[in-house]
Amino acid sequence: MSYLLKRIAFYLFTAWAAITINFFIPRVIPGDPVQALITRSRGQMTSEAVQSLYVLFGLDKDASLVEQYVDYLGQLLRGDLGLSFAHFPSPVTQVLGDGLPWTLGLVGITTVLGFLIGTALGTGIGWRRGSWADALIPVTTFVSSIPYFWLGLIAIALLTGPDSFFPASGAYDNGLVPNPDLEFIGSVVRHGILPAFTILISSMAGWILSMRNMMVTVASEDYVTVAHAKGLSDRRVMVSYAARNALLPNVSGFALSLGFIVGGTLLVEIVFSYPGLGLQLYQAVGAKDYPLMQGIFLIITLSVLLANFLADVAYLALDPRTRREG
Amino acid sequence: MTDAVLEIRGLNVDYGLGDDAVHAIRDVDLTLHRGEVLGLAGESGSGKSTLAYGLTRLLPPPGVITGGEVLYHPDGGDPVDVLRMDHATLRKFRWAETAIVFQGAMNSLNPVHRISTQLTDVIKAHDPRSTSASRLARARELLHLVGISADRLDSYPHQLSGGMRQRVMIGMALALEPKVVIMDEPTTALDVVVQRQILRQLVELRERLGFSVVFITHDLSLLVEFSDRIAIMYGGRIVEEAASADLYRDPLHPYSHGLLNSFPALRGPKRELTGIPGSPPDLRAMPAGCAFHPRCPHAMERCGVEVPVLGVPGDRPGPADRTVACWLHPVQDNGL
Repeated sequence: MSYLLKRIAFYLFTAWAAITINFFIPRVIPGDPVQALITRSRGQMTSEAVQSLYVLFGLDKDASLVEQYVDYLGQLLRGDLGLSFAHFPSPVTQVLGDGLPWTLGLVGITTVLGFLIGTALGTGIGWRRGSWADALIPVTTFVSSIPYFWLGLIAIALLTGPDSFFPASGAYDNGLVPNPDLEFIGSVVRHGILPAFTILISSMAGWILSMRNMMVTVASEDYVTVAHAKGLSDRRVMVSYAARNALLPNVSGFALSLGFIVGGTLLVEIVFSYPGLGLQLYQAVGAKDYPLMQGIFLIITLSVLLANFLADVAYLALDPRTRREG
Repeated sequence: MTDAVLEIRGLNVDYGLGDDAVHAIRDVDLTLHRGEVLGLAGESGSGKSTLAYGLTRLLPPPGVITGGEVLYHPDGGDPVDVLRMDHATLRKFRWAETAIVFQGAMNSLNPVHRISTQLTDVIKAHDPRSTSASRLARARELLHLVGISADRLDSYPHQLSGGMRQRVMIGMALALEPKVVIMDEPTTALDVVVQRQILRQLVELRERLGFSVVFITHDLSLLVEFSDRIAIMYGGRIVEEAASADLYRDPLHPYSHGLLNSFPALRGPKRELTGIPGSPPDLRAMPAGCAFHPRCPHAMERCGVEVPVLGVPGDRPGPADRTVACWLHPVQDNGL
């Protein structure tokens, strides 16, 4: 238990460090949003308008860095991430709230599915080492080395078009209003299939490969031979003795990949113009939308930390050797 | 022999297939009698462990059994050939009739399950109708049998010492009251004191429960003390088989002689330790004739040409279970 407390303290410290870095980075990047807006309107702006923009963005006060930092921390605690520059005057939290469900829905589901299916297939292939299923291994090695977004580009080039069932971009048809009726859900599913499959295929291949290799290693362990000698059913030996141990390295990998759900598939979202956090981050960088960028970075950081913590907890639960006594 | 419990006849085991195959076990005949401890000794690579894996059909690939039979004689039943059992029968046979204690005391237990789980799952697999309470009671009994307190049931393997783990394995081997327990270097990884404790316990248990033991080790001194009969293996063949007292007093095969001179006697006058010059044969390129002749101090011309047959030596007309495969002691002519 004290081990878990130590880990929690460690993660709190890391979170604080990440927040602090998150505060400083945009402030050392040159340029400010008002300048960007002026450029966008090609100078068609009176000096009063410019001045009022500075006031609106809160950039007029000549506060010191320390004051700004304290303000920032105070706002964070209240859940206030400031106003988005590009989506002005929506607050950042609202913009994030629009993007997050799409990313979680698409990437979250595919990450979990990819892990489950990949691990199950890898277990089977590793257990029947030397059978025809081994022929799949070179294929998965090849597929796992293909980047998501490239697969996405190919899918768009081959499968979408004016008459195609698969739309090339967006999360639902433009004409629809998000509400939980059949037409809308159908549209969401139809838009989700292609990006989901690109992510699924390339992430699954990696899980198959690593699980298969671990299974082959574990299958020659003494306790697996003992399990066979005990006359246990083949299924029990495979699941409870071999796979249960082969799974351990994969679990931490899985938890880490959960942490990268938010930030890891930026390119897929760009390729499919999928309105998730990745696309928002991309647009925020283009628009010099610091508050939004900070908000997204914050979510990415916190989700990676949370995922690491989950990995710790999962390991404690699955591997008794990591539990320290006393 | 009417009281045989396990009979190995003409067993051959290869590693690999075709012309590249390595013959790890060649034409081994061995009989285990009811209630006896049969020691199997030899250097590394002599095929002892392969024999154990082969007769239980646990050979890891690329090991293949290429011939022979392993007859198991159940109490008052007809003998069955283990090598010809189908999958389901084999699974029922395993552990219920022949249990194994493996070499790796440290790695024989699944690290992620509690001791209780690993002791009870074998009972459940062989008797699905048993209740979980009865299985747990049996597990407690088994730990008691090997001198471990029952509160260790909830422990994980990494919380036990090496000696305790090997005791747990021995307890586990006895879970279904098998007739035969095969021990493949069960104490190699343990220190000498623990080794002795465990062996003494084993002998006690055997006297109480009456199972037979095949005890595999490279340590002939242990066998001389603990076993009834000893078979010596060299290069995949059995080269000598005798009652342990006979073998200790009067080894016939030069290799047995060499092994006996490789360790100090426990009692009696001091003598010089000699060891055996050379190293065990390469199974991929076995010498012609007797496999031992390149290292043998008594090698004759005949030894490099003809493989000696295992049989009762003509110059020691003793009991029929004393056999040797050496041209120094040619098989007695029975007028066949």
